[in-house]
Amino acid sequence: MSKGRFGIHGGQYIPEVLMNAIHELEEAYNHYKNDKEFIEELNFLYENYAGRPSSLYYAENMTKDLKGPKIYLKREDLNHTGSHKINNVLGQVLLAKKMGKTRVIAETGAGQHGVATATAAALLGLECEVFMGKEDTKRQALNVYRMKLLGSKVHEVTSGTQTLKDAVNETFKEWTSRIDDTHYVIGSVVGPYPFPEMVRDFQSVIGKELKDQMLLAEGRLPDAILACVGGGSNAMGVFYDFIDNPEVRLIGCEAAGHGVDTELNAATMTNGKLGIFHGMKSYFCQDEYGQIAPVYSISAGLDYPGIGPEHSYLKDIERAEYVPVTDEEAVEAFEYLARTEGIIPAIESSHAVAHALKLAPTMGKDKIMVINISGRGDKDVAAIARYKGEDIYE
Amino acid sequence: MNRIEKAFSKGKAFIPFITAGDPSIEVTEQLIIEMAKAGADIIEIGIPFSDPSAEGPVIQAADVRALSAGTTTDQILEMVKRIRKVCDVPLVFMTYINPVFSYGTDRFLKTCKEIGVDGIIVPDVPYEERDEIKPFCEKYGIACIPLIAPTSKDRIDLIAKEAEGFVYCVSSFGVTGVREDLGHDFIDMIKRVKLVKDIPCAIGFGISNPDQAKTLSEVSDGVIVGSAIVKIIEEYGKDCIGPVVEYVKSMIAAIR
Repeated sequence: MSKGRFGIHGGQYIPEVLMNAIHELEEAYNHYKNDKEFIEELNFLYENYAGRPSSLYYAENMTKDLKGPKIYLKREDLNHTGSHKINNVLGQVLLAKKMGKTRVIAETGAGQHGVATATAAALLGLECEVFMGKEDTKRQALNVYRMKLLGSKVHEVTSGTQTLKDAVNETFKEWTSRIDDTHYVIGSVVGPYPFPEMVRDFQSVIGKELKDQMLLAEGRLPDAILACVGGGSNAMGVFYDFIDNPEVRLIGCEAAGHGVDTELNAATMTNGKLGIFHGMKSYFCQDEYGQIAPVYSISAGLDYPGIGPEHSYLKDIERAEYVPVTDEEAVEAFEYLARTEGIIPAIESSHAVAHALKLAPTMGKDKIMVINISGRGDKDVAAIARYKGEDIYE
Repeated sequence: MNRIEKAFSKGKAFIPFITAGDPSIEVTEQLIIEMAKAGADIIEIGIPFSDPSAEGPVIQAADVRALSAGTTTDQILEMVKRIRKVCDVPLVFMTYINPVFSYGTDRFLKTCKEIGVDGIIVPDVPYEERDEIKPFCEKYGIACIPLIAPTSKDRIDLIAKEAEGFVYCVSSFGVTGVREDLGHDFIDMIKRVKLVKDIPCAIGFGISNPDQAKTLSEVSDGVIVGSAIVKIIEEYGKDCIGPVVEYVKSMIAAIR
């Protein structure tokens, strides 16, 4: 079996033309992840630029309202650029610079990863081009302008379903045509090895901080950690340091769109089957002939037909649970957290909040639950207003 | 001598590619038979995929047309079975790993053997992941045709050593599609392959006109042409057979 496996998942299923670039990246990453100077530089950026550590906030109102466990929110929404995406991007763009690359390219769904990449590229002086499905550029017009403001070029992807999966396809193609000076900053724990492992490592700062913060606040580990999953990077980041603590339930909340029984969903763990796509073996939403399904979610960031290979492995070994959450439930949770705690979560993160609303009443008061608030919801306000039938200017 | 070896033993090979089911399975069937009659040495049949990551816009659009027309892997396999009754041209599938894996890799290659497919090209299975498909190809005697690219460098030695059928040399960076400048890397690439193994090398990606075909056939064992043919199919739809055959004849005349 080839490198980069999580059980049967993972691998390096990419065209020959990219293989030497992937090996170069592998070598560079394996070198720099242990390089003292690199680690110090990255930590400096985390603290002074991204605003880490992100706070662990005790959601007292929510706790009282739900009459269940103590609920904590890990506030990745407070990071610079408004989501967990900055953790991965600072790592990868710094690595690209060390490798002598002068240009980065990235795909983006909701625009959060695109904005984060554009930000890191501006900071570290690299050229940046972002690929975004045309459908998503409409849903997230503000983020498109934000990327341009940061000096990046944004390409509208008009192929396929014009969403995240197609943006990934086009970014891979762009990389194929220009490898020498370019690094592809993948935005999630997906793609060929070493991406799933590297992105998880950069995101694992979330779980490491959480562990320290929780021990300080409660003197023990939480009973459950909830995070939304599309490709799965914020979830992998918060789960990773707890995998060897079996008493901590790890729960990934995936996008069920209009419902898992309808054609309009992106519930990979519920409906997907084993396949090979975007460089990895993992679970994918697909038809009986292996054609990748045109998935749907109200959340552009979860609108992806696959999931990172390490998540598929955690599902196989039953270490993590994966549950579907519909658009409607996510929107309700979006409004709930805004009213209850004065925090507007990203519509992606709202999927985790929605499951917390269901799960909390079933847990005892002596329990502790953590929800990873992967991003802030400012970008979603106009779309949610439209969902509720109100047309406002962005 | 198997069908692919025979095809290369006759001189420079002309290898057209078309996407099965574009615009319909019936037209694809006729196209294959007629291109073979016109002198095509090997025919590459694309099994359409929803997300063809190595294809440029022309072939990607053909995949969309084929899938929108309801084309399935089963229909394509049935079509090949019918073609084999009337035509002995070597047939090679080009597709992505997910349609094969989803069908069941063993079941797929077993069927390939039964219906007379000679080889398979899967661009998203590199040397490192060859266990995904190669053992099944060997089991059923289907040539597992590898790709090499200008970026392959030292990897050419590894890949060539295990190559079967022929080596598909990608003539330039990027995805499939018509190009003016095809670069010169492939001359060295082919030399390197031949040092390792005596196996035919065909050049693909970007070839469209007889002059290019002639130039490239002089330094290789054959040329593969996809996007230029698929463009004709796109333009003429179900009436494409005449224009495609004419084009194929002009390309063959140029390399012989």
